[in-house]
Amino acid sequence: MDMETIRELQAYGYIFFTIFLAVILYSYLYHLYRSEKSGERNFEKYADMALRDDVTDAPIEPMSPLNKAKD
Amino acid sequence: MQANNALNYDYSVAKCFTYATILFGIIGMLIGVVIAYQLAFPELNYLAGEYGTYSRLRPLHTSGVIFGFLLSGIFATWYYVGQRVLKVSMAESPFLMILGRVHFWLYMILMIIAVVTLFLGIGTSKEYAELEWPLDIAVVVVWVIWGLSIFGLIGIRREKTLYISMWYYIATFLGVAMLYLFNNMEVPTYFVSGYGKWYHSVSMYAGTNDAMVQWWYGHNAVAFVFTVPIIAMIYYFLPKESGQPVFSYKLSLLSFWGLMFVYLWAGGHHLLYSTVPDWVQTMGSIFSIILILPSWGSAINMLLTMKGQWGQLKSNPLVKFMVLASTFYMLSTLEGPIQAIKSVNALAHFTDWIPGHVHDGTLGWVGFMTMAALFHMAPRMYKRELYSKKLMESQFWIQTTGIVMYFSSMWIAGITQGMMWRATDQYGNLAYSFIDTVTVLIPYYALRATGGLLYLIGFFMFTYNMYKTMTASKAIASEPQNASPMAA
Repeated sequence: MDMETIRELQAYGYIFFTIFLAVILYSYLYHLYRSEKSGERNFEKYADMALRDDVTDAPIEPMSPLNKAKD
Repeated sequence: MQANNALNYDYSVAKCFTYATILFGIIGMLIGVVIAYQLAFPELNYLAGEYGTYSRLRPLHTSGVIFGFLLSGIFATWYYVGQRVLKVSMAESPFLMILGRVHFWLYMILMIIAVVTLFLGIGTSKEYAELEWPLDIAVVVVWVIWGLSIFGLIGIRREKTLYISMWYYIATFLGVAMLYLFNNMEVPTYFVSGYGKWYHSVSMYAGTNDAMVQWWYGHNAVAFVFTVPIIAMIYYFLPKESGQPVFSYKLSLLSFWGLMFVYLWAGGHHLLYSTVPDWVQTMGSIFSIILILPSWGSAINMLLTMKGQWGQLKSNPLVKFMVLASTFYMLSTLEGPIQAIKSVNALAHFTDWIPGHVHDGTLGWVGFMTMAALFHMAPRMYKRELYSKKLMESQFWIQTTGIVMYFSSMWIAGITQGMMWRATDQYGNLAYSFIDTVTVLIPYYALRATGGLLYLIGFFMFTYNMYKTMTASKAIASEPQNASPMAA
């Protein structure tokens, strides 16, 4: 393969990769907002994990019932 | 696993690492000040024979502050924050308690041997990766134990979702593991060829490849030791101390993934205008600039967490330490990308502007955040109020002055140096010889060293305040919810 073809392939690879990554990033952002809007998940409540962190505080989102039974 | 009133978080391992943080902070920063004065006053190189020369002490300074002070700080905060955000006490698992103690003592033994070997001049000559292969193996063992400790605690947690700080601690563990293994691939010369001492080795990579691996490691050591775990700290300690939830949890998640992806590709900026392929240089440059986004994402998230609560800056010096840390994070994550632009780098490369940049990040962001974290932990770990608010305030201003002196002198020195190296006369001959630049820079070196000295004095004030808090401060009846109690 000559140098020019390699360079051309590099350039196509570069542009597709950049677009692909930008799509991933924005999809993640969309996913965060969509799942919050649809009521599937409230991400902001997780911020309370730092504030309500005493060992006796109720977990923000407890583990499975199995773990709960242990408490 | 019983969650009754008798159950408390166990801070014994966190306390051990707190002492180690203070000890290595003093050693690492003291050596830093000595070598800074050596640059200004070269006679100081001959105070202790071969053991006191700049070249012998410099790796001790960098290893002392990175792997001694900071890693201990990371471990101390991990053994504190980990339990709290997972809502599980280490005391609930005898295995994790033993593991934590083994982690601490192995780490201490390793660090002591590391200090001795570096003083003796035994090292690989790879920057920030000077330890010889037997010690590298010990580092891996210590790291694996820390990993078992992290994932062990996660395994018995009550809180289902991992708080954002946990993500960053896990990233620190995985990132450093990967970097350390690849960069320290070395060939023990004695066993392969019969040359050198049994502990000597050479890198497995040669020439340009070695440089690329080294700076992929070197820059990501900045990422996964100076940045990622410090973000883990600030995401816990600033909200907790101020009583304010993180401004946007979603932004914290987005910034996390942004940082994870972008940082790993930026190391090539250390090798601009060198023999590495041009595309590696361009990639390093571009990714460094993109890095502003996730870095500022976290920093702005922290500043916005204080929205409507700026009065706390006046009333609580710990909040002040953390807000300034976040601000320095913004400053250094803007300065770094600027230096990575090829045309700027043509001037800045190899000059004192680079250590200037490193130190406004490490002193302002890393140092301030680590000390603030330990200050926050102290009343909870020792059940006593912080010894002196006044001392803390004075420490803040002395150290801030020190940092400003440090980076401003290095900015001027670096740009002067870069301009003088490039200057030519009308025939295209270099206008200055190297020694001309050295002579011009001496006053700035003296200023820088004095800035460092102020920071060290502040660190002694921190040490004294912590010591008095542990031993002589007023006991508190119950654990404070938010603002740490402190005597005037």
